[in-house]
Parts: sequence; C-alpha cells; structure tokens
Amino acid sequence: MTAPFPFSAIVGQDEMKQAMILTAIDPGIGGVLVFGDRGTGKSTAVRALAALLPPIVAVEGCPVNSAAPEAVPDWAGPLPGRMVTKPTPVVDLPLGATEDRVTGALDIERALVRGEKAFQPGLLARANRGYLYIDEVNLLEDHIVDLLLDVAQSGENVVEREGLSIRHPARFVLVGSGNPEEGELRPQLLDRFGLSVEVASPRDVETRVEVVRRRDAYDRDREGFVKKWAAKDAALRAQIVAARSALPAVKTPNTVLHDCAALCLALGSDGLRGELTLLRAARALAAFEGAAAVERAHVRAVAPSALRHRLRRDPLDEAGSTARVARTVAEVLP
Amino acid sequence: MTAPPDPWSRARDALALLAVDPVGLGGLWLRARAGPVRDLITGALAMPLPLRRLTPAIADDALYGGIDLAATLAAGRPVEGRGLLDEPAALVLAMAERAPPALAARLALALDGGGHALVALDEGAEDGESLAPALADRLALFLDTDGMVWSDAAPLAPDPAAVAAARARLRAVAVPPGAATALTRAAAALAIPSLRAPLLALAAARASAALSGRDTVAEADLRLAASLVLAHRGTPPPEAAGEPPPPPDPAEAQGEGSGGTDRTPTIPEDLLVEAARAALPADLLARLAAGRAARAAGGGAGSGAETRGNRRGRPLPPRPGRPGGDTRLDLVATLRQAAPWQRLRAAAPGRDGALRIRPADFRLRRFRQTSDRVLIFAVDASGSAALARLAEAKGAAELLLGQAYARRDHVALIAFRGTGADLLLPPTRSLVQTKRRLAALPGGGPTPLAAALRTGLDLALRLKAQGMTPTLAMLTDGRGNVALDGTPDRLRAEADAATLARAIRARGVPALVLDTATRPQAGLRALAQTMGAVYLPLPRADAQRLAGTLAAALA
Repeated sequence: MTAPFPFSAIVGQDEMKQAMILTAIDPGIGGVLVFGDRGTGKSTAVRALAALLPPIVAVEGCPVNSAAPEAVPDWAGPLPGRMVTKPTPVVDLPLGATEDRVTGALDIERALVRGEKAFQPGLLARANRGYLYIDEVNLLEDHIVDLLLDVAQSGENVVEREGLSIRHPARFVLVGSGNPEEGELRPQLLDRFGLSVEVASPRDVETRVEVVRRRDAYDRDREGFVKKWAAKDAALRAQIVAARSALPAVKTPNTVLHDCAALCLALGSDGLRGELTLLRAARALAAFEGAAAVERAHVRAVAPSALRHRLRRDPLDEAGSTARVARTVAEVLP
Repeated sequence: MTAPPDPWSRARDALALLAVDPVGLGGLWLRARAGPVRDLITGALAMPLPLRRLTPAIADDALYGGIDLAATLAAGRPVEGRGLLDEPAALVLAMAERAPPALAARLALALDGGGHALVALDEGAEDGESLAPALADRLALFLDTDGMVWSDAAPLAPDPAAVAAARARLRAVAVPPGAATALTRAAAALAIPSLRAPLLALAAARASAALSGRDTVAEADLRLAASLVLAHRGTPPPEAAGEPPPPPDPAEAQGEGSGGTDRTPTIPEDLLVEAARAALPADLLARLAAGRAARAAGGGAGSGAETRGNRRGRPLPPRPGRPGGDTRLDLVATLRQAAPWQRLRAAAPGRDGALRIRPADFRLRRFRQTSDRVLIFAVDASGSAALARLAEAKGAAELLLGQAYARRDHVALIAFRGTGADLLLPPTRSLVQTKRRLAALPGGGPTPLAAALRTGLDLALRLKAQGMTPTLAMLTDGRGNVALDGTPDRLRAEADAATLARAIRARGVPALVLDTATRPQAGLRALAQTMGAVYLPLPRADAQRLAGTLAAALA
C-alpha cells in the first residue's frame, strides 16, 4: 500500500477540506456529500483524510473494530483479546454492491462446506468507527442508499435473515461523492447528509498548474513528497485531536441559536435537521479554531455546507442554491 | 495550421507510449468497430502486463475472485477463485460503450489503485453511445479508426528494444519547469475541466521523451502529448468542420497573457492547442460532445427509469450464468438443461441416484421491465383557447385517456388559466375520475403558460424520481401572457416560459406540444424547439384525428 496524497498538499477546495475536518472532529454532524466535476480531487481528499486522522485502538481481529474486549460481538468468536493500533478505517463501497455485502449475511462458505450457520460481516461492520466512502453515490441503487442512511443515523446494523438475528454497532461517517451530470440524488437522501459541498475545477490557470505540479511530484516520488508534507499533516492532526477534546467545553450562546433559527427560517429549509447540523458544524469549527464559544462568524462559515442541500428546488433559479444561501446569509447575519 | 497527422503514425505513437508506461497513462480508449484495423491495433499492444479480456457483463466474483462454488462443493473445502484484478494486468474491455456505470466505477477504482491499465474497445455506433465518462477521463490515449484505411496499413508494433530502453530511462526523465504549465494552459484553452487531462498529458510527454532517448522533455514531446491526450477531450471549436482553425479566442489569449507568459519562455502553448486541434477532425469532437450531452440529458443513464420502481415484468428466456446476490436461479430451466446429460454423468464416480448438476447448467431468470409511463396533460383553458377549441382539446384528451387506460399508462391532468396552473388530477389510472375532472374544466382568463410548464416540470421530476417515465403533453394555443408570479406582462411571461423550456430540455423530460390555435403559432414552435419537444400544429380536426396524431407521436 503506497502512502496516500497528503491532505495538506491539496490545493484549494477549502470548503471540501473544511467539511471533512469538521466531521472528523464531530462525527455526529453526519455525512458529507461532495458533488462536482470529474478530476477535482474528491477521492483524493477522502483517502488523504483517512491517513491524516489519528489511528484508533481496537481489539485485534475484531470485525467491528471494537474499542474494548467487552464490546466485541459474540458472533465474532473467540479472539486473543489483545489491543492493536490501526489506522482509521476507510471502507470503499463499490457501486452495485449487493445488500448482503453491505450488511453482512450468512457465510456461504461455512454453510456449504460445514453446514454451519454463521454470520459473515459486511462492509458496514468494517467501517465501524471510521469512514464509509461511496464514489458516484448518485448511481447507487436507491434501496442501498436508504439502508446506508438508516444505519448511519441509528449507528447500529441489524440483520434479520435466514434465521440469523444479529446486531452490531456501525458508527461511521458517510462520505458520498458524485457528478451531478450523471444523475441527481433524491431530496430525501440529500437531506440526510449533514454537510454538502460543491467542488469545481479551479478556473484560474496558476492554481491548476500548481495542482498538476504537486500531483506530478507525488507520482514521481511518493515517499519524498509525503515526507515533505508530513510536518503540515502532523500539525493539522494535532489541531483535530485538540479540537476533539475541546469540543464538549465549547459554549453556545443564545444569540447563536437565534442566528441559526433565523437563517433557516429565511431560507425556508425543511425540518429542524438543518438547524441542528448548522449548530453542530459551527461548534466543531469553533473548537477547531480554538474559540471558547461559538460566534456568528463560525455559523456564517459553515452555513453554505450545512444548508445548501436542504432548500426547496427552484427550477427557475439558475444561479443555484449556493448563491441563494450566500445571499441570505449576507442579509440575515450581517 | 498544422496538417492532421497520418492516422497510422498517430496510432503507432500511441501504442509506443502505451508500451512504455501503461500504468502511468491509464490506458487507451479505442473507438473502432470490430474489424481488421482494430485487430491490427489490439495485436500491437505491447504492454509489460498480462492481457486480460473482460466484457461489460462481467460479474463481481470474476473481477475480484471469491469462493468458487463448484470447486468448493467438489473438494469439500473452500476453494478460492482468482479475480481478474488480483494482480496488475492490462485489461481489455470489449464493447466498452455498453459497460454499465457500476462496472465503470469499479474499473475506475482499479485504475486509481494503480497497477492496472485498461484498453477500452468502444464500438459505439450511434451518437449517444460512448465510453462511460468516469473511464474516459482516466484513460490518457484516444484513437479512432475512422480515418484509417486498411490499404495504408503499416506495421504498428513498437520496437521492443527501444521500448525496453525507454522503460529503463523513464524514471530519470526530467521535466522542464514550464512543461506542466504549458500543458495545463493548453488544457484550459481547450476548455477541458478535468485536471486529470494535463497530468496524463505530462505522463505521455515523459514517455515520449524516454522513447526518443532524451533525458528531458522537449517541445516535440509536449506536442505529441497534447495531440494524443488533450485533443479528444476538448470542447469542439464553434466553427464548422473543414474550416481552418481559428485564431485563438481573444479572451483566452488575454487570460493567458495576464497569467504571466514570461514564465514559459520556451514552449508556446498556442502551438500545443493547435497541435491538439489539428489532431482530430472537428466533427469528431462534435460527435463526442453530442455523446456527452446525450448522457447528461439522460439523467443518470445507468440508474434510470428502466430498472427502478417496476411492479411487473415480462419473463424473458432464461440465460446461462451464476446465481448471485441480485439474480434468481430458474430451477426448471436449470433442470431441463441438466436432464439430457444425466446418463453420461452418472458414469462418473459420485453418489448414486442424485441429480448431477454442473455450474454450466445454471439458468437465470430474467424479466423485461418497463417502467410505468405517465402522460401529463397540460391543458390550456384560457379565454383564447376556450374560444378556439377547448372542446376539441378536451375530446382528444378523453380519447387518449381511453388508449392510456388500455396500455395501463398513468395520466395526470394540469389545467392552466387565469394566474396559475393547477394540478387537477394527480397521476392516476382512473378513467372515470379523469373524465369527470376534464368535463368540469371551465374556460376563460389569460394564459399562464410559464406556470403550466413549471407545474408540469415539477410533477415530471417527482414522478421520475419515483421510477416512472413521464411525458409532458401540452395542449395550448401558445399565447402566454402571464408571468410566473401572476402579473400580466407578456414580455416577462415569454422569458419565463423560455427559461422553463430550457429547464425541461436540460432535465431530459420528453415533451410534446400541440398547437391548438386556429393558425400555427411561430412562437410556440420556437418554444417547443427550446424544450426539445415534438411540435404538432393541429389543423381543424375532430377529436378522433387529434388523438390519432397524439398516439402516433408518442409511439
């Protein structure tokens, strides 16, 4: 396995990077949806993030990466019980994955050969405590997406089939990426992602040149390039770890609550999920920046990511929801 | 202007580069029909990787390996099958234009993971058929056999000694500082959004330098790279085919000038752009772009209306295959397939009296699924239409309803008059209800055409998301005079209607416009064109003929 592209070496795409860092600080924000053109570094960013995150401590051999021997599910069988450090799991969900592969199912091998009924964990088990990445999420079968979002929200995967009854924790951050040219996502599903980001190829030539230069340097000498950026990545990792521990202490003044509510009202976003996500994301950002309390500036900075996918579609508005959010933020939160 | 290079030498160059650095370049997109020319090209692939053929219908266990059911049963212990992607390989994808998005995504993942190279044999015959964009973006090289005449055939295989030497030299080839900038700018000038393009072009330039025995990338390498990697990705220039390439767009030239041309003194990127433009005939670019647009308009070609939300299916003949997660075994067909061989197989050692079924006997159930069609009628009930032929339109809608009922289509009814459009009837199959609502439809008032389009589009998109196939049928005299917000302003009303018509086209909603005015309206015809709709001016006709026209247009 070669070293992934360093997170801090990604040129531009600040909103995408910010959204990913926020979910790393507070996984409760929910997933991130990244929509944009091909070749804008969506996959690169997800893989880079995994390498950036601090490793997790888990029971050796545990299929769901349990943090303590007591938490290992009984179907996992006897384990040595040693603890190991491993990188934050990032599991790729291929398109066309069957429900069996996602949730886990009867182990066909053991059923055939030994006639035993045993559970074979699926991708959701492997993604526990980590990230589940779906490239081209808009092309994924609807029933799989429903299932994923359901599990992502409840944090638990329940399998009831073929006489098996199994439940195991499945807490992960869902990261979906896609290209809107190839198909849209149903609004119900959009709404379930915590943050959504639109990425585009950089328009200005100098930035593009810089992207190409860095990528080329990386392709030619991976170790050297990663080493060159290691210090920056380490600093960012330290900042994320510090933010995680600071998060519970971040204060949320009433004025900020009012700001969130006013913004959501003005935008006419459906439901209360928008406000909650907005608040959590703003709090995570405050923790990341080392602030003691959430301020209006934090709300303003995360508002586009937290709200743009919750607006009612207006077929006449060619400017798109991003512009609408920006306009409303400027009006409501001067 | 640079003359288009000889296609055979172009193919030779591409194959040589691919032989030098298959993994770095990702692979080759070969647009060709099966035939001797294509065979010549595929025969000359000289990549340092084992060749593996795959088809668009390849199953997951063949790609990734997994448990081999038959061998496991026979051996009584788990036997793992090997997958195509287990070791680095040069994958040759036949009929690449038919690769479903799921397969394209998996192959894209394999290419990203490194180690693999892909040769996609795109046999696309129609304008809309083309390699999946996720793959097209990742394959550096493109060849089209259109201009390649068999009588000009020249040996294509690169010299093995030169390729081996180039491979050895590749790691050490230096790239002058301006090269990346020049290629990136050339890509920008050709309006290529993806950033993979300049990266792949850079890899191609490096391979080209290694092949020519240079230690540094030179201008000739960049030109070759631009023509092989960037050319086909560009958006077609606005001129018709055959005209000389235009002088560079002044806006682009300015952008480049202010971007600091002083930093790239040696390589004029205009030349690269021109090399790329000269490499391919303009109509080819247009064709590729048409393919892209068709895909975009299709709204998710892969997960579209054919597969989702179906309640019924007609059984098709079973086909051989292996039962898996999303396929069902056709037991009877499998037994029928295995039956003739039982005597023969009984001779082999094994349990007596048991049926002997081999994996080759497995037959899978298949259904043809057609999603439910919904006809969304938008009926103009304004004063002008009421005067003219509202009754006729009503009659036609009723007759069509009968036909829709016979075909089990759903019908929705939108009426527009006054200041807005109302959904009189949500999608239903109830003939009686629809007729009743239609008969009760009063006429009069101004024409809020834009509001009708908007209601129709909203409904169509919603139904599409539910897996139905909506078709919008507008019955109007086209004299829209109420803007979307309900104000009587003819100019704004027309602008709103045009915007919505564009939106309908962009979302790929099939539409039909029936002009019910006494004389055909030029404005309505233009609007239908914007919408991408079939336009039918209706001569004075009875309802029977109106319905006939409609049915013919929808068939």
